Amino acid sequence: MQMLLERKKRRIDELAAAGQGGTSLAKQALKRMLRDPVALVGLVIVVLFVLLAAFAPLLAPKDPYRPYPELLENLTVTNIPGPMPGFLLGSDADGFDFFSRLLVASQQTLIVAVLATLFGLMLGMIIGGLAGAIGGWVDSLLMRLVDVLLSLPALILAVSIAALFARSNQWTVIIAVGMVSVPVFARLLRGSMLAQRESDHVLAATALGVKRTTIVFRHMLPNALGPVIVQATLTLATAILEAASLSYLGLGDQDPFRAEWGLMLAQAQRVFEVKPSLAFFPAGAIIVVALGFTLLGESMREALDPKNRR
Amino acid sequence: MALLEVEDLTVVFGRKGIEPTVAVDKVSFTVESGQTIGLVGESGSGKSVTSLAIMGLLPKRGVQVTGSVRFEGTELLSLSDAQMRDRRGRDLGMVFQDPLSALNPVITIGKQLTETLQRHQGLDNKQARAEAVELLQKVGIPDPARRIDEYPHQLSGGMRQRVMIAIALACRPKLLIADEPTTALDVTIQAQILRLLSELVANTETAMIMITHDLGVVAGLCDEVNVMYGGRIVERAERYALFAEPRHPYTNGLLGSIPRLDMPRGERLVPITGSVIDNIPWTEGCAFAPRCPNANDDCVQGPPPLEELPGGRMLRCYHPVEPAAEQPATSEVAR
Repeated sequence: MQMLLERKKRRIDELAAAGQGGTSLAKQALKRMLRDPVALVGLVIVVLFVLLAAFAPLLAPKDPYRPYPELLENLTVTNIPGPMPGFLLGSDADGFDFFSRLLVASQQTLIVAVLATLFGLMLGMIIGGLAGAIGGWVDSLLMRLVDVLLSLPALILAVSIAALFARSNQWTVIIAVGMVSVPVFARLLRGSMLAQRESDHVLAATALGVKRTTIVFRHMLPNALGPVIVQATLTLATAILEAASLSYLGLGDQDPFRAEWGLMLAQAQRVFEVKPSLAFFPAGAIIVVALGFTLLGESMREALDPKNRR
Repeated sequence: MALLEVEDLTVVFGRKGIEPTVAVDKVSFTVESGQTIGLVGESGSGKSVTSLAIMGLLPKRGVQVTGSVRFEGTELLSLSDAQMRDRRGRDLGMVFQDPLSALNPVITIGKQLTETLQRHQGLDNKQARAEAVELLQKVGIPDPARRIDEYPHQLSGGMRQRVMIAIALACRPKLLIADEPTTALDVTIQAQILRLLSELVANTETAMIMITHDLGVVAGLCDEVNVMYGGRIVERAERYALFAEPRHPYTNGLLGSIPRLDMPRGERLVPITGSVIDNIPWTEGCAFAPRCPNANDDCVQGPPPLEELPGGRMLRCYHPVEPAAEQPATSEVAR
């Protein structure tokens, strides 16, 4: 009897402690996501990738930006040295240490993907936010512009933007890849802003005399962001692939010393018959990282879906 | 001067090329300060649109609002958006039907409360928070200092509605419009919320417009009741008079379809036949005529006028229900 009472008390204390402060919907979604094995796999890949990119220069055993005489010695048109002591994956087509370049390339790939996504996210959110918040002719005008962008296939749009610049460098890649995602973000945010505008809590806020700007930024935008955040994660994956495609097509960074997986893949094509592993490794890296971001994005979408709230 | 005078309020929905719909048709009523009046009617009778029109919350496009809504002598319909915004929340408060969807899901209830306080009363963060805790206490939220940092989804339905009421009453509006405040709640909570509302408006001398389809709510709360049908008021009476002696066949039908404790065993409820879609336009006659047991050819000859009867009752009917000789005790009906 006494024990039961003790137990009850403890349970009440637990409950009281758990309620402290209140948990937001975002926190709940995060909790749900961390229970999902798929999300964890994605998260691990992404975290490893980010860590790799951050510490690549320290991890690389050799200087990735200069050729080594040991490798150049045996380098002929028909032979590229394979693994040898000190050079884990051997040489690339120009006598550089392939392994070191592969590691350092993660940095460039991440920078391009993140900046391109941010660029697309910012511009898309401004356009979509304005269209959704103001409505009327502003909405029509902006959405027609977005329709024009959306009517072009992504890669063709990116290629034409990249081709606009006389000499392509990493910034042209970022702008070109970012531009592709602008219409997607714009439409997405506009759509969920419109849904918010019709919602009861926005009507209730209006009935309390809350200012319009406050309503937009405090009551509409935070509620409309969910799908946009998910899309941003998925866009990181496609941005990596698109940046790689641009490099592959010769519209990427022209700096020969800068290592990037898409670029490495393009360069490997010339010597594919001599040493196919030069293509396999960067391609594999791109696939794994893109998969990681996609898994993370998809499980985030599931976690944020109100239908899965428990 | 009455607190709120609504005169010939008409709301027409329609765009070019589409037959316009008259949602509210020349509705007039007044609310004295401290008074609670009821707007009763089934779905589509125009009661919610009336309240939104008073608050100025109807969309601008595709909606025509005419007539006059005077609040303390000021014509609300001709105020600018900014002027109207200043009045909302401060002079006019509103409680919505579904408290879950009417609260912002991503903001704590405390922030939603303080938002209004800061906007209309110029309080700083600390004062507003203290005031908010006090308000939550007043609407009967247990442990308000802790609850204030919770999100709407963490509260029960009844507590959410209490929070809605706290928000609506935060700046002590002179008029509170409650649009079916208990419809989304279960019956025991309904009673609590109604008691809370009636206590709060009595203590603060707030006038209230109670919009509902539940006659039980009206019976317990309202001083005067307006029964709406098809966008027009068909009967208005003081509450005891209305329940004791319904004169309009529609009111009579509504009362007849409510189960009562003092009803003889085995007696069946009498529903109103047909549904709202059977209406005829008011211009052709009484909109209720197709469903009315008393209707005859007179009823479709032209619209019946709203006439004043002795005792201050207003009635829009050619063939009203004659008052019966024997009446049930009014206090029993008005539970």
